Amino acid sequence: MAVLLIAEHNNKELRPFTLNAATAASQIDSDVHAVIIGQNSADAAKQLSELPVVKKVLSVEGAHYENFTAENFSPVIVKLAENYSHIVCSANTFGKNLMPRIAAHLDTSQVSDIIKVISPDTFLRPIYAGNAFATIKSNDAKKCVTIRPTSFDPCESTGGSAPIEKVDASEEFSNTKFIKREEIKSDRPELGTARIVVSGGRGMQSGDNFKLITEIADKLGAAIGASRAAVDAGYISNDHQVGQTGKVVVPDLYIAVGISGAIQHLAGMKESKVIVAINKDGEAPIFSVADYGLEADLFEALPQFMEELNKLNTIQK
Amino acid sequence: MKILVAVKRVIDYNVQIRVKEDGTGVVTDNVKMSTNPPDDNAIEEAVKIKEAGKATEVVAITVGEEKAQETVRKALAVGADRGIHVKADGILEPLAVSKILQKIVDKEKPDLVFMGKQAIDDDCNQTGQMLSALLNWPQATFASKIDVKDNKLEVTREIDEGLETIEINVPAIVTCDLRLNEPRYASLPNIMKAKKKPIEEIVASDLGVNVSPRLEQLKVEEPPKRKAGIKVANVAELVQKLKNEAKVI
Repeated sequence: MAVLLIAEHNNKELRPFTLNAATAASQIDSDVHAVIIGQNSADAAKQLSELPVVKKVLSVEGAHYENFTAENFSPVIVKLAENYSHIVCSANTFGKNLMPRIAAHLDTSQVSDIIKVISPDTFLRPIYAGNAFATIKSNDAKKCVTIRPTSFDPCESTGGSAPIEKVDASEEFSNTKFIKREEIKSDRPELGTARIVVSGGRGMQSGDNFKLITEIADKLGAAIGASRAAVDAGYISNDHQVGQTGKVVVPDLYIAVGISGAIQHLAGMKESKVIVAINKDGEAPIFSVADYGLEADLFEALPQFMEELNKLNTIQK
Repeated sequence: MKILVAVKRVIDYNVQIRVKEDGTGVVTDNVKMSTNPPDDNAIEEAVKIKEAGKATEVVAITVGEEKAQETVRKALAVGADRGIHVKADGILEPLAVSKILQKIVDKEKPDLVFMGKQAIDDDCNQTGQMLSALLNWPQATFASKIDVKDNKLEVTREIDEGLETIEINVPAIVTCDLRLNEPRYASLPNIMKAKKKPIEEIVASDLGVNVSPRLEQLKVEEPPKRKAGIKVANVAELVQKLKNEAKVI
């Protein structure tokens, strides 16, 4: 039986991690079908049909799907699940919210946040904030799997031409009503997919001081991250949080500024290729994962860092 | 309104995890255990709603081994009225826990069920959503703000793109984010008083729920270690290393 991938999108286009989830799905079985549920999402459905790993697209349209409510999505997917061995989607807030609802309806024990497909029924996943890796075998007839997007490369996005099949909508779930979404729009690269991330912690001392980070991020074409402490303190909004309960990032370069390196923060960034830590406390745990550590007052170091960057002839973007 | 709050006993968030040499799990002997952090937020929120006169009773429940009862006792010390301990040993998967909670909901008939959004041991992030599916109730996951209205809740949810606000009809499930509130500490008099509050003990198998694991944990291992890095003397050296050695800028 084929694998069913749940596409994440914004009704206009696919969200980038759908491509990473598609890669994971194709590692489970080469026969990948993808379902897209939304309102006026034809363009996103077409994009989905162009992913070469996707063999068939199932499109479900309805006004009650506009805001991706799990209570509305799950009955459709549960019905489709009949024909599939696996249901797969990203382990971001969309998939985390949705997949367990599907798994419970199917009476299957979900495997969350996998970082590797070992075989179609066996997966590797981090536990204890990434301080241990567990190899998990699922014996359920249908398997619900969410994948950590940063652990899989995005699939090719063009060249495919899968047929798009319409599927009937399910009834609306009337006890949940969407009110509003406050998305923070930014021209910077997305935190989850950026090549470079510059993050600030409690050491930044104020939201205003984050401009020191912003300046460097702009110069490097980087995304801006933050520790939970910085978000809790109100220095920056929650969508920047990196860590066990925030976002997991795996950039080529992660610069941690004024971040002590609690286990919960390390869980979100320690797989980064190159890690830089700037902290005045030489004993801070962040230095234990840093490739390059600079023990310095960030309020002196960051302006100097900017100056040094300005001296460079070229900067890779 | 009656609020049921589920709490889980986990290895304390400050403990450095050690993997057992035989690969069967992580070391839990002589390790400090605590309530799963966002479950503390769930209890706090329920108690605050009761203090605001919008709830009549807060019931704390845990599912697990004998010692898991400590988490219920702690919940009682910060304001829950009574407790339930469903006894079960071994690995309990979120699906099994949600089936047990469903049985308790059928019996207790709460208007709201709160719990943390994720347990910091298995990091599954499933139980609330699964319970909500089994009951066919609305779910508000990753809640960072809850407004109680008549038979409705307005909940702000933390999502990847920012914040989302939804309105859900009661009965409903809410899973709590760490930013929902600041959990209080139990005072000594309240800890003493909590010892007198009732905890009902139920054996999981008496609920007619099969809790045996459906997943096989084949191996638990240490993640690959990062090789030790270096300290640089100054910013100029740092930028030079990033440019010429790591070649990332």
